[in-house]
Amino acid sequence: MKKFGELSGRIRKPCGLHCIKVHHLSVTIGEQEILKDVNLHIHCGSLNALIGKNGAGKSTLIRAILGDIPHSGQIEFKNTEDGRMQRLKVGYVPQSLNVDKDTPVSVYDMIACCQSRIPVFLKKSGKLAARIKEYLEIFQAEELLDKQVCNLSGGELQRVLLSMAVMDEPNLLLLDEPVSGIDQNGMELFYRTIHRLKEEFDLAIILISHDLDYVAKYADWVILLDREVLKQGAAREVYASEEFQRVFGTGSLREKGGGSQ
Amino acid sequence: MSGIFSWLQFDFMKLAFVAILIITPLFGLLGTMIVSRKMAFFSDALGHSALTGIAVGVVLGVTDTNLSMIVFAIVFAVLLNKISSRNTANTDTVISVFSSFSIAVGLAILSRGGNFSQYSSLLVGDVLSITRKEILYLLVIFLVTLVFWCLCGNGLFALSMHRTLAKSKGIPVTLLEYLFAVLVALIVMLSIKWVGILIINALLILPAAAARNLSGNLREYHFFAVLFSMFSGVLGLIISYYTNVATGPTIVIIASVLYFATYFYGRKLS
Repeated sequence: MKKFGELSGRIRKPCGLHCIKVHHLSVTIGEQEILKDVNLHIHCGSLNALIGKNGAGKSTLIRAILGDIPHSGQIEFKNTEDGRMQRLKVGYVPQSLNVDKDTPVSVYDMIACCQSRIPVFLKKSGKLAARIKEYLEIFQAEELLDKQVCNLSGGELQRVLLSMAVMDEPNLLLLDEPVSGIDQNGMELFYRTIHRLKEEFDLAIILISHDLDYVAKYADWVILLDREVLKQGAAREVYASEEFQRVFGTGSLREKGGGSQ
Repeated sequence: MSGIFSWLQFDFMKLAFVAILIITPLFGLLGTMIVSRKMAFFSDALGHSALTGIAVGVVLGVTDTNLSMIVFAIVFAVLLNKISSRNTANTDTVISVFSSFSIAVGLAILSRGGNFSQYSSLLVGDVLSITRKEILYLLVIFLVTLVFWCLCGNGLFALSMHRTLAKSKGIPVTLLEYLFAVLVALIVMLSIKWVGILIINALLILPAAAARNLSGNLREYHFFAVLFSMFSGVLGLIISYYTNVATGPTIVIIASVLYFATYFYGRKLS
């Protein structure tokens, strides 16, 4: 397994000094208030799990942070050591892609389209391909470089999208329900990768998750959402709360996953 | 001149040949994105709006109806793009409603007094009537498209995979969507007279669709789309000369045959 350290000069050492604050974020679409007064404090090098029922506004929150849908409130990125504000770089891993079965786009094409100005339809740049491969190696996905995106399995696509997300060295990584379509082994591998990412890349991660057991095992901070933040804190604390019981019922932890109902 | 190139002895055939050599790679290129972004319906509606644009020009008393046609198409493209990005209703339905309304208005105005027959050549197109000046327009839009493709192609393909993901990578998705819509409008309007309203969409879609049957990456996709488009164009022109059949439909028939052939070949490969 390739270590992040081998990509010397590209990674930040964990510092624990940066933080991302979301102040009074609200999203209203038409007449409907989808999110109400969300306040979050996300530390670098931490995995923050967003849990809640379907339609609780988890994906909306992620898209609002990305700036993809209009919202009120502020998102700031601070260096807590000197209090300076910095530009926040956000990486995003979507749930799935709009690709049909015959889409003639290889993994190289997809990543190069997003990361480079060299016209992908004209030529394949060897230098760029080498750089992409370097990042794919982090997630053991280097052999996928020339495969068609539409032929990847759920887990393979996930690893490719993760590689692409970390290419810009983001400060914050947003993952939208990434565990659908992956088997148990794949899930464990996924969570271990995420864990390594936050440790070695010093990333703040917000992850929409449906698997409450993995959340309990890996997340540093859990946010229970239902149009507003009902409860946030350490997994144990949130799971024991009255609000959690109200949303998921009592037996939910043993049944594995709150999202499938 | 004799032999297989005897058809080139006529000036109108030479001009038509040059026009085909410009239009077909242009359409092959454009088609790759239209198919990837599932905009077949959009480009079809744009083609139909040509009639409305001419009708609007007639009503307003514009001397050059080409101009009113182009302006109307751009406005129409921007409007359709805006409506479909709202995401409130099924995009296909919305486009269909607007397209039907606009073509009905166009037909109503142009058929007033039983004079529609003078516009009927627009329906099938006539590449044999193209002039040098009009070829120059096509060449300009072809070069514009090439530059646009080099600058914005990456962003557009990223956009076609996942809009929010492309946006998170700093790609100006909304701007690109509008630019592409306007470009499609311009190209469709500048070539509609030669290709024809009924056929233009087939020429945009078929080469790219056939290329998808064979391609594993974007370079192959573009190469095959342009190749198939040019092959059907040139062969169609020659066959139509010898068989005395309209050029546009002949080209479409060849492109369709290519599509089916690549479809079965592609399935055999996989």
